[in-house]
Amino acid sequence: MALKEQELRTLDYEPDTGGHFGDYGGRYVSETLMAALNELDQNYRKLKNDPGFKCEFDADLAYFVGRPSPLYHAERWSKTVGGAQIYFKREDLNHTGAHKVNNTIGQALLAKYSGKPRVIAETGAGQHGVASATVAARLGLECVVYMGADDVERQSPNVYRMKLLGAEVVPVESGSRTLKDALNEAMRDWVTNVDNTFYIIGTVAGPSPYPQLVRDFNAVVGREVKWQSREIFGKYPDALVACVGGGSNAIGLFYPFLRDTEVAIYGVEAAGRGLSTNEHAAPLCSGRPGVLHGAKTYLMDNSDGQIAHTHSVSAGLDYPGVGPEHAYLKDIGRAKYVGATDEEALAAFHEISQVEGIIPALETAHALAYTKKLAASMQPDQTIVCNMSGRGDKDIFTVARMEGISLT
Amino acid sequence: MSSSRIQQRMEALKISGRKALIPYIVAGDPMSTVTVPAMHAIVEAGADIIELGMPFSDPFADGPVNQRGAERAINGGMTLAGVLKVVSEFRKDDNDTPIVLMGYLNPLLAMGEIIFCEAAARAGVDGLLIVDMPPEEEGSLVQSAKTHGLDLIYLAAPTTTDERLRAIGRATSGYLYYVSLKGITGSSKLDISDVSQRVAHMRQHVSVPICVGFGIRTAQDAAAVSSTADGSIVGTVLVSQVEALADQPEKIPNALKAILEPMRQAIDTNG
Repeated sequence: MALKEQELRTLDYEPDTGGHFGDYGGRYVSETLMAALNELDQNYRKLKNDPGFKCEFDADLAYFVGRPSPLYHAERWSKTVGGAQIYFKREDLNHTGAHKVNNTIGQALLAKYSGKPRVIAETGAGQHGVASATVAARLGLECVVYMGADDVERQSPNVYRMKLLGAEVVPVESGSRTLKDALNEAMRDWVTNVDNTFYIIGTVAGPSPYPQLVRDFNAVVGREVKWQSREIFGKYPDALVACVGGGSNAIGLFYPFLRDTEVAIYGVEAAGRGLSTNEHAAPLCSGRPGVLHGAKTYLMDNSDGQIAHTHSVSAGLDYPGVGPEHAYLKDIGRAKYVGATDEEALAAFHEISQVEGIIPALETAHALAYTKKLAASMQPDQTIVCNMSGRGDKDIFTVARMEGISLT
Repeated sequence: MSSSRIQQRMEALKISGRKALIPYIVAGDPMSTVTVPAMHAIVEAGADIIELGMPFSDPFADGPVNQRGAERAINGGMTLAGVLKVVSEFRKDDNDTPIVLMGYLNPLLAMGEIIFCEAAARAGVDGLLIVDMPPEEEGSLVQSAKTHGLDLIYLAAPTTTDERLRAIGRATSGYLYYVSLKGITGSSKLDISDVSQRVAHMRQHVSVPICVGFGIRTAQDAAAVSSTADGSIVGTVLVSQVEALADQPEKIPNALKAILEPMRQAIDTNG
């Protein structure tokens, strides 16, 4: 139910004690996981206001990640588009090349403060696995990364990176041998080894408290944009744009602005080969509410409630569900969710590389594609901040292959 | 309210001093035509209650064996409506054996919880175990299940606190399903002394019968569990057998019987 502006300005945007954002979220898990989630919840509530923990988190963000990341005026591109002024929040300049590390640092510190010497993670394309292996190495934690066997073959550079960082990569042979099977296997490991193990989830999906804590760790992005935009152009941006797979970079940018209703918010999902086909990964645009991986949220399923196969050119957006807070923001009307196709994303990937000298991640390219459309409909004295969530070095093989170029 | 088929069965077992044997198979694994004959064979082997899996594409609380069972069933065309059809078909020849449907919430939401409960009751289903619906997340399913006389069976784990145990005990009707291992379905070790201690402890907090599952593979396991709990739930070993015979499905009913008969015997001898 869409809320009135006055209500949107005064909501506290926090989940209830059960982790519900409106009807969404919660903890739809087997009893076997309940104790582990409760323990995590208690530890997080205790630590998030602990001065020592906060201090260490902030120090790592500054000296290990290199924050604050710049808010960059894409001047040439803004001119080319001929509408609003476009700014990039340069999360691609973080250590490891994406926003993901904000979250993995937070969770690895939680592991450390909770006395868990071992961390595990699931990964699809390998980005979250690399970010987890990185912080585990930094903190001297044992790290095991579960990865679908097919993904292990497709993403050999990231597998090697994780091994260089000292992590063990376990190929998962069950099911479709991709991300969701890796997730299942990580859950099994966690349930069995919860006494000494912390599970680092890579996005704002999953059971409570993960959507909330991953958001909180990424919210540094939006907080920085608040002071940077005031400093650079004297006011908050007119619009925020970010790509949404699970939705962690998006919620990180959006969350600090939720009560500032003069700031329009757009999440861009992967429309794949088009929203009218079945080949996309856009649950908010064309899915429906259901329950997946421990939370109630929008998802893509068939008429029998079986989870659908998704498609996107970008591995990081190729997921049938989405973080429950996004489902809530959609329903109350605080954020608008739109799609960008593979083709539009690829065009933006090339355009930004050539016009701004930044090779964006394919995930990010979806946000850029929509930013272009939006900017063109706005005035030159207006501003858009687009989250440059990751760099595209990892994607050059995919793009080259699609264009028939072999890189050996 | 009159007592359900599950409650009557558990009561009858108690009076005769016997323990329940509760096999689990996935409906439609590997094809829908196998399931009804397999269920009858399971009853002939001495099953007291049947747990029938409703296949789901993303069974994240199950082990790999049960996950593959669900995948075979879905690939074979099984749907939630198809599961209910299997139950109606079974009921033509067996009106006594209680049936519990076990699965995940999303397919039920897709059909509509109210429509589902009504259809399930009409088909002859007696109880529901929805793995990813803990008491905290009860929605309209619970009310509809009650309206249609369906028992709701919940899980308890070794890590469940006493406070949660009492809440789960209040929510559960029929029996409580104790997950005997910390790991998930199909994990390998069964620690009997640990199980007996936990069962004894749980009895201080819940009044419904306690059945133990996850990890029972042999007749000895079943007998040992039955010496402490009210029933043994046997799943993975059966689904493995179905997998081994997926190419010769006509052999599945007898093969399941051959696994369950010695379990029945061992349970009754020790009980």
